Amino acid sequence: MERHEYDVVVIGAGGAGLRAAIEARQQGKRTAIVCKSLFGKAHTVMAEGGAAAAMGNVNPSDNWMVHFRDTMRGGKFLNNWRMAELHAKEAPDRVWELEAWGALFDRTKDGKISQRNFGGHEYPRLAHVGDRTGLELIRTLQQRVVALQQEDEKLHGDPEAYIKVFAECTITRLLKDGDAISGAFGYWRETGDFIVFDAPAVVLATGGIGKSYVVTSNSWEYTGDGHALALLAGAKLINMEFIQFHPTGMVWPPSVRGILVTESVRGDGGVLRNSEGRRFMFDYIPDVFKDKYATTEEEGDRWYNDQANNRRPPELLPRDEVARAINAEVKAGRGSPQGGVFLDVSTRLPAAEITKRLPSMHHQFKELADVDITKEPMQVGPTCHYIMGGVEVDADTGAASVPGLFAAGEVSGGMHGSNRLGGNSLSDLLVFGRRAGAGAAAYVDGLAKRPTVTGVEEAKDEALAPLERSGGENPYEVHHELQRTMNDLVGIIRKSEEISEALQVVEKLKERAKNAASSGSRIYNPGWHLALDLRNMLLVSECVAKAALLREESRGGHTRDDFPGMSAEWRRKLLVCSAKPDGTSITVEERVQPSMRGDLIGLFERSELEKYLTEEELAEYDAAVKES
Amino acid sequence: MGYKAKFRIWRGEGGEGRLEDFTVEVNEGEVVLDVIHRLQATQAPDLAVRWNCKAGKCGSCSMEINGKPRLGCMTRMSTFEESETITVTPLRTFPVIKDLVTDVSFNYQKAREIPSFTPPADVKPGEYRMQQVDVERSQEFRKCIECFMCQNVCHVIRDHEENKPNFAGPRYLMRIAELDMHPYDVAERKESAQEEHGLGYCNITKCCTEVCPEHIKITDNALIPMKERVVDRKYDPLVWLGSKIFKRQR
Repeated sequence: MERHEYDVVVIGAGGAGLRAAIEARQQGKRTAIVCKSLFGKAHTVMAEGGAAAAMGNVNPSDNWMVHFRDTMRGGKFLNNWRMAELHAKEAPDRVWELEAWGALFDRTKDGKISQRNFGGHEYPRLAHVGDRTGLELIRTLQQRVVALQQEDEKLHGDPEAYIKVFAECTITRLLKDGDAISGAFGYWRETGDFIVFDAPAVVLATGGIGKSYVVTSNSWEYTGDGHALALLAGAKLINMEFIQFHPTGMVWPPSVRGILVTESVRGDGGVLRNSEGRRFMFDYIPDVFKDKYATTEEEGDRWYNDQANNRRPPELLPRDEVARAINAEVKAGRGSPQGGVFLDVSTRLPAAEITKRLPSMHHQFKELADVDITKEPMQVGPTCHYIMGGVEVDADTGAASVPGLFAAGEVSGGMHGSNRLGGNSLSDLLVFGRRAGAGAAAYVDGLAKRPTVTGVEEAKDEALAPLERSGGENPYEVHHELQRTMNDLVGIIRKSEEISEALQVVEKLKERAKNAASSGSRIYNPGWHLALDLRNMLLVSECVAKAALLREESRGGHTRDDFPGMSAEWRRKLLVCSAKPDGTSITVEERVQPSMRGDLIGLFERSELEKYLTEEELAEYDAAVKES
Repeated sequence: MGYKAKFRIWRGEGGEGRLEDFTVEVNEGEVVLDVIHRLQATQAPDLAVRWNCKAGKCGSCSMEINGKPRLGCMTRMSTFEESETITVTPLRTFPVIKDLVTDVSFNYQKAREIPSFTPPADVKPGEYRMQQVDVERSQEFRKCIECFMCQNVCHVIRDHEENKPNFAGPRYLMRIAELDMHPYDVAERKESAQEEHGLGYCNITKCCTEVCPEHIKITDNALIPMKERVVDRKYDPLVWLGSKIFKRQR
């Protein structure tokens, strides 16, 4: 069996994975990047709007404290505050560093990086390149990896001496030596041959879980691999009940349902209307945001040109609010003919401006839906977009509870609390990708000896099982039923009976998945690959449903029809998932979240905190304020 | 709404294969990739195809549809007659791994041969100042999603395996142009474009531009200007004179 020795193995080659790998290599570690697709194709390319970083290029009032406050508000104060702090402080440096690696962001008049408005951000904050920022980010990081390889070629005569990409290679198990990570096991998609990585540190950067849902903006890769690998290796997942449904996905034609329509459309002036032509978002401004959003169309429209004297339009509320509002309008019978609502930029900006600012949206609608967005409105509806929950990690190093295991980006949990702000994902993966890479490098430095790889035979048997069965379940059918179940029963609006029903279905699907059979050879066999991915999707779905059933409140990306209010008691609690190594007995426990550091909580007004915190926490706040 | 379409899809591995016929359901609004996915789910579970984003942003699902390089996810079924047989084959310029999946490592090899962005040593991150008008030229080339269809269609290598070692292909010649036009890049790009990366092989037939799903004007905006820059350098009398004097002094 093919075997490789590395210091750090990074699983996933999106923004977080590449940034982690670059850091580990820059710290002198022999680093492998293992990814399911070709190098440069990861889901990060689909990010459109931009990377949030308080550089203050467009509005000099912006700084890390404002960004921190916006992030905590967006996450409804459930965020890991240390992560939100590090993120707000370090994002500008991470963006500037990309520029030094060749990224070409759009510019301000004075030649700096331009920044655009986005939902939940008080000032224009998103560094961007038209509406293809994710592509710029991934290409820049990809080219940085190539630059490091060119350096290594000069120094060592081998471009892959210190950093190598294993593309189209899927990891199915993390390997351990006692309690600690010792490597990873996987297969080459191309040949079906197995591969073992012998490595003391593994960084998970596998992204999200969207493929457990039918309507999603996520690609096939988003099968929750990292979430499941961590769980099976003994790590904990937090906040799994919080899933972001992006308010604006395409609704037609059916085959592209769910594909993302960037929030920049609204940031640049697009408005949402129902079938009666009403800008309905004015009817959905929640109490906690009442004083921050315009109450008339006139004020909202003035804001685009004069932000100092007007409040922003409610189309730019955080994503969870907008998604719920669209959902409610459609349910009330005021939806568009194709089952969404209207998103119109055609009457708001000149055609030339639209094609310049939103080129890929223009292209996407024209090619896929025969809609010219410079002439007519788009029809949009919510789509499963992002999971806030993930591997519980140490904020500073990205370390999970299992020694040697690290996680960064979407697969990690905590940073975004119950709801992520748009633009905070690209900056998250840069900030914490770098930190996880550095964390893994430091961990390796501190080891007295390399751990030993164990468990290879078991991993091999597990991977081969679907090919050895004949006449079993069709993995495509099992997958389809899982997607329907999660979409219908643990979707944007949830209730107890439905979640319980979903859990029963998942139980049955787990049995069927164990019996999944794949015909054909081991060479590039998508049926086999899907059969193996099913384990991960089912594990993750069970975590989502179990946590969703327990949390009896509505907050951010978790809305309970039977518990519509936000609860200050629940805000303090995180739900923590764990499982046995064979993936059975998933348990969910409550854990109290540590109180925010005094200097950070001091950044908020008491009147705002009263909307979120318990009396006990407010007393702590008063004491802290008194002391300082 | 729905109808049964006739497909002929190239299937095979290990250097052997044949076109296989399928009849498959097609629904309103679908693209070729949807139909291939339906075949996987219902008739051919091990049919190999690359794909990711399904929105024309990642450049994974390049294939040849009725002989033309296309993204499967952006080719709508409504562009064909219902009675038409649609033939889907893998990219011709690269070796087939299985079915519609080809070995595109040639491109990654070429990417590594182009020297990376080289800023002046004294500019620190955060200090870059560039005007929008100055970054726009390179930004056009950075729209590239690396679908490799321009590489696939370029006649310099499509039917001439022997040219591959000496020719970077449109995608990577455009990368050189992108760097040469970057306001802060200080590396020498012109001579090497010609001498090492085969810019001279290109005889501007614009096949690459025609096939680009991002509508990048590869030939007009990248390759021709790059050729002009090379010529300026080669035949600039001042440069020529300077090089003679310099040589004589040594």
